[in-house]
Amino acid sequence: MAKRIDVSGLSAYYGSTRAIEDISMTIEPRSVTAFIGPSGCGKSTFLRTLNRMHEVIPSARVEGKVMLDDENLYGSNIDPVAVRRAVGMVFQRPNPFPTMSIYDNVVAGLKLAGVKKKSVLDGVVEKSLKGANLWNEVKDRLNKPGAGLSGGQQQRLCIARAIAVEPQVLLMDEPCSALDPISTLAIEDLIGELKSQYTIVIVTHNMQQAARVSDRTAFFNLAGVGQPGKLVELDDTPRIFSNPSVQATEDYISGRFG
Amino acid sequence: MTSSPPAVPPGRDRRSRRDSRVGDKIFFNLTRGSGILLLVIMAAIAGFLAYRSGLALSKDEGNFLTTFEWTPDAPKPVFGIAVLAFGTIVSAVIAMAIAVPVAIGVALFISHYAPRKIAQPFAYLVDLLAAVPSIVYGLWGALFLVPHINGLTSWMDQYLGWTYVFSQTVPGATPRNLFTVGILLAIMVLPIITAVTREVFRQVPRMHEEAALALGATRWEMIRTAVLPFGRPGIISASMLGLGRALGETIAVATVLSANSVLSLHILDPGGGTFAQNIALKFGEAQPFGRDALMASGLVLFVITLVVNGAARLIIARRKEYSGAAA
Repeated sequence: MAKRIDVSGLSAYYGSTRAIEDISMTIEPRSVTAFIGPSGCGKSTFLRTLNRMHEVIPSARVEGKVMLDDENLYGSNIDPVAVRRAVGMVFQRPNPFPTMSIYDNVVAGLKLAGVKKKSVLDGVVEKSLKGANLWNEVKDRLNKPGAGLSGGQQQRLCIARAIAVEPQVLLMDEPCSALDPISTLAIEDLIGELKSQYTIVIVTHNMQQAARVSDRTAFFNLAGVGQPGKLVELDDTPRIFSNPSVQATEDYISGRFG
Repeated sequence: MTSSPPAVPPGRDRRSRRDSRVGDKIFFNLTRGSGILLLVIMAAIAGFLAYRSGLALSKDEGNFLTTFEWTPDAPKPVFGIAVLAFGTIVSAVIAMAIAVPVAIGVALFISHYAPRKIAQPFAYLVDLLAAVPSIVYGLWGALFLVPHINGLTSWMDQYLGWTYVFSQTVPGATPRNLFTVGILLAIMVLPIITAVTREVFRQVPRMHEEAALALGATRWEMIRTAVLPFGRPGIISASMLGLGRALGETIAVATVLSANSVLSLHILDPGGGTFAQNIALKFGEAQPFGRDALMASGLVLFVITLVVNGAARLIIARRKEYSGAAA
């Protein structure tokens, strides 16, 4: 179920401002690809174009092509709602639905898809929470509110919610930036396990994290304030961190940025 | 060892801190005083109503709760609230049944559907409706709504008459009835409920809406998953504000309703009454004892309002841990 993402000539706009310009890249299935780069370089914007979440912001639009295997996500006959069911997303701040129990949070996506059978839902809850390494911590309080969990648990709950619908791709937008080191480690371990089944793309500001979890790393940069962000290079993670082919990448990684 | 001089001289620091403590004290006492004052005023109103009601109730020759008539100034004073309580509750229920769904729809339109250019002026317009005086609504109701609602009431009599509630004893009678009052009240409370729910819907954190969208929710599903549950306590509070106005509305009801002392389940028949309307109608010509009797009816309205509000608080508190306040 993991699929390949093939992006070509993609630009994204907020109104008349171009946020990212002419990005092309291929993301392999069953791998972890990390996006790194300075703030404002468009990593998150680019990530959000991969499941058509960019366009939910008023006046935002996208040009270019994103192929998921052989289907263009921006094709005229494609429903963005269907895209978001196939490409799951985990956000920077844990955002379980505050009005729902842990159980209902996990099955929220399935219920949207029309699954109602209790036995099916029960199975998915257990499988997804186990998949997110959260089952043992919450199995006795599935009917308690999701907002009562710790930050790290909430983020794993959000991952469980995202994988419950069995997406083909999992996008993570700085999933650990609001978490303490122990919770971060738990999420990173989880990413390592999930990549056997999913295509994972993760945005991170933490370069050690990119080095630890990813197979491939993409470095984004922008020429200056107000300029659109661009993809500088995408390569195997060890190579990016030891011997990048572009000087700007090396400057950024070694802290000589700006 | 050289110690660097403190940036602020100690004496001055201490004095400014003491100043701020005095400020704290003044502010604390001010807020506490306001709180106490509010309780005292509430208690004074309740006490006054209870005292004067007691005077009247002790001389009531009828049963205060079940009597239909309101003749406290007759040689043998007989008065009861049955018709008034029925009319008040029925008209308020009709008003809420119509106003709450429409208000939620209008509020969602403003907060989530309309383009910003339309939403702003539209929201302003709705707020403006809340500022229209009751008497204007009353005149509009009497001069426009009553003559024009005949078609609807006749239609309801014809096709929904089998429900008993919507059948008319005299088909085509002037619709100065509880149903028309309910519709008028719905229009009056709509802007209040809309304004409050709109603000609540606007405060739904963007991240919850995005969570729903990213799971593959359509816009309506996103509203059902993230916006409405989050706004639920706000919707209840807003409805209570609206209900308060509907229960207590006086002049508009008095202008539209042709009041009498008949308790009829046919809500399309002219007649009936409400607490506030009855007080407005009878207060001017009432003797001192009659006024005490009217205050007794006012006390009942006061209690009904308290009970309804308390019930709403309970509903909100019961789901507190799911309110999103912890997020």
